[in-house]
Amino acid sequence: MNASRKFDPYAYVWRLPLLLWQGAFFVIPLIFMAAMSFWLVKNYRMEPTFVFDNWERMLGRGAFWDAYWITLWRAVLAGVIASAIAFPASLFLAFRLTNSGRRFALLCLIVPFFTSFLVRAYAWQVILAESGPVNAALGGLGLGPFTMLNSGFGAMVGYLTLVLPLVVIFQTWSLAAIDKSLIEAAGNLGASAWATLVRVIIPAAKTGLVLGALFAFIMTFGDFVSPFYLGGSKPPTLTILIIDTTKSGQQWPRAAVVAIVMILTLFAVATAAVKAAYRGRG
Amino acid sequence: MTENRLHLTRRRLLQGAASVALTAPMLNRAWAQEATQINMLAWYGHAEPDIVAEFEAENNVKFVPKYYAGGDNMLALISQSPPGTYDLILSDAEFVQQLNAAGYIEEMDAALYPFDDFFPEFQKFPGHWTENSLWSVMVRYGLLGVSYNTDALTRAEAMSYNAYWNPKLTGKVGHFDWHLPSLGQISLLNGNKAPSPFDIDEAAWGAVQAKMLSLKPQVGGYFDYGGTFSGLKNGEMLAMVGIGDWITGVLEKDGAKVASVIPEEGGIQWTESYSIGKGTTKQEIINKFITYMLGPKGQVKSIQMAAYPGLSPTKSGWKAIQEANPAEAKRSGLIEGDDNDPVKMLREGRIFFRDTPKQQSLEDWNDFWSDYKSA
Repeated sequence: MNASRKFDPYAYVWRLPLLLWQGAFFVIPLIFMAAMSFWLVKNYRMEPTFVFDNWERMLGRGAFWDAYWITLWRAVLAGVIASAIAFPASLFLAFRLTNSGRRFALLCLIVPFFTSFLVRAYAWQVILAESGPVNAALGGLGLGPFTMLNSGFGAMVGYLTLVLPLVVIFQTWSLAAIDKSLIEAAGNLGASAWATLVRVIIPAAKTGLVLGALFAFIMTFGDFVSPFYLGGSKPPTLTILIIDTTKSGQQWPRAAVVAIVMILTLFAVATAAVKAAYRGRG
Repeated sequence: MTENRLHLTRRRLLQGAASVALTAPMLNRAWAQEATQINMLAWYGHAEPDIVAEFEAENNVKFVPKYYAGGDNMLALISQSPPGTYDLILSDAEFVQQLNAAGYIEEMDAALYPFDDFFPEFQKFPGHWTENSLWSVMVRYGLLGVSYNTDALTRAEAMSYNAYWNPKLTGKVGHFDWHLPSLGQISLLNGNKAPSPFDIDEAAWGAVQAKMLSLKPQVGGYFDYGGTFSGLKNGEMLAMVGIGDWITGVLEKDGAKVASVIPEEGGIQWTESYSIGKGTTKQEIINKFITYMLGPKGQVKSIQMAAYPGLSPTKSGWKAIQEANPAEAKRSGLIEGDDNDPVKMLREGRIFFRDTPKQQSLEDWNDFWSDYKSA
């Protein structure tokens, strides 16, 4: 038995493009951004140096932490709401549809991504406006008008528009892969539908459910369009803070501080979520 | 013989066709010389067909715009580009000094421009001259005041910045997301007129911040250019801080029930000026374009610019719009002695040029703006 692996040049040829791509367009820019966070801006020009001014200034500001906590909270909320709304639909797609029906439904879920998210956000502006169709319908029932645009609700509608199809796809793939005999066995052993759901289906589909929620969190955390165009920047999120920081005074180094904090947060959350998703799977 | 002649004729025909095909591109080049490209850095709209198409056709040039939103954005774009990238720069007047200090613009020849035709107040515009050296030429301007929904407020109610605190507008006051115009208006409301709402000491700056923060419960959102338009148009916002006729003028033409007034506390003037980019080799045609835009024909185009209307700094511009579009001349007050006559208001001390903060740093104002938004 030879435990050592032989060097396989053929395999490395196939791996190389991905490594080069990631190196050139992710690792190197990331290093550059980290370095830039220690630079200074003078007369709208960045000057390479190594000072902690940007970190002290940004992390010492209440506005930064307000934006941080609201961004984190909204991302968690979007992940939870998207998962909760997606789950019944995913159960239906996974267990009630034929394979061809499921494929068609998943294709329909991908179709929204053919349109720019910005265009979809503008469409929501029309729909959610006080003079829009939703308020008109509610008005017919003697309700409203309600302020939905330029609010946390408006931003959440945007977040869910962005992430919901993806969460349904993740959940459906995961649920459809469950060995159906496990569900039948639970029924044969007298488990109620609720017990089967909680003790068999959800644990078996855990990976997809957690990853779906994680993607919803990641996309919401970094989204600019929803909080800006549907939430009215009220309150500002970290992405809006980045725009504000660069727009006035060209403080790219300070924006880099915000971006690095965002990346670190996403890294920590993703690590914890992946660990949770695969716990107990060997 | 006949067949032979026919054969020769066909050959000749083919030879002739081939000759034409080979020489056509050269002829084409000779007939239509390639258009000179003018790279313009400007606010949106300045290189659109309604402004430049006629000049392009007459002078065989092609404008290639790079649009920005805000003076900081403009300075960033130019600072990150090699010299000579932009031939023509349209800048907010308050940023000209910074363009000049950083060496991004060429000195201009004052003799080339019709300054005699300018209203006296605009001939030596602050920041455009260093002693007798000219660095930028004002091409248009506009006024910022109270912009409001005419169903929500009467004109009389809108005649003070205090209108923003009107209970009828709770949650419906929007901000154009730029600190200078909003803070400038609140500074005016606080009575900071001399020398300027932007030249205030620390105590006055503290009072401006406190007053601004007191507006927070009224605020419905912070918007970019597009969001400001749609917010006012769909009635989500009933008043907008930091804008003026450059937004509501476009919406009014579209039938929206909005208007702008210069309130009793005074209005703020935005000013746009042309500068020549450092290192350009196209000075002659650029000067020709600037002169064209300052002439009556160019001013009429500028006043009615599709993206956002502006006012004319020249007397001939006023006369030209009065003849070309009397309704627009009346609407925008470009008639001497009219109630909305912008020059009259300037002479009466009701208009103040928008500026960068004089006693605080731009950073201080911007930081407060971020704090205000998240408060």
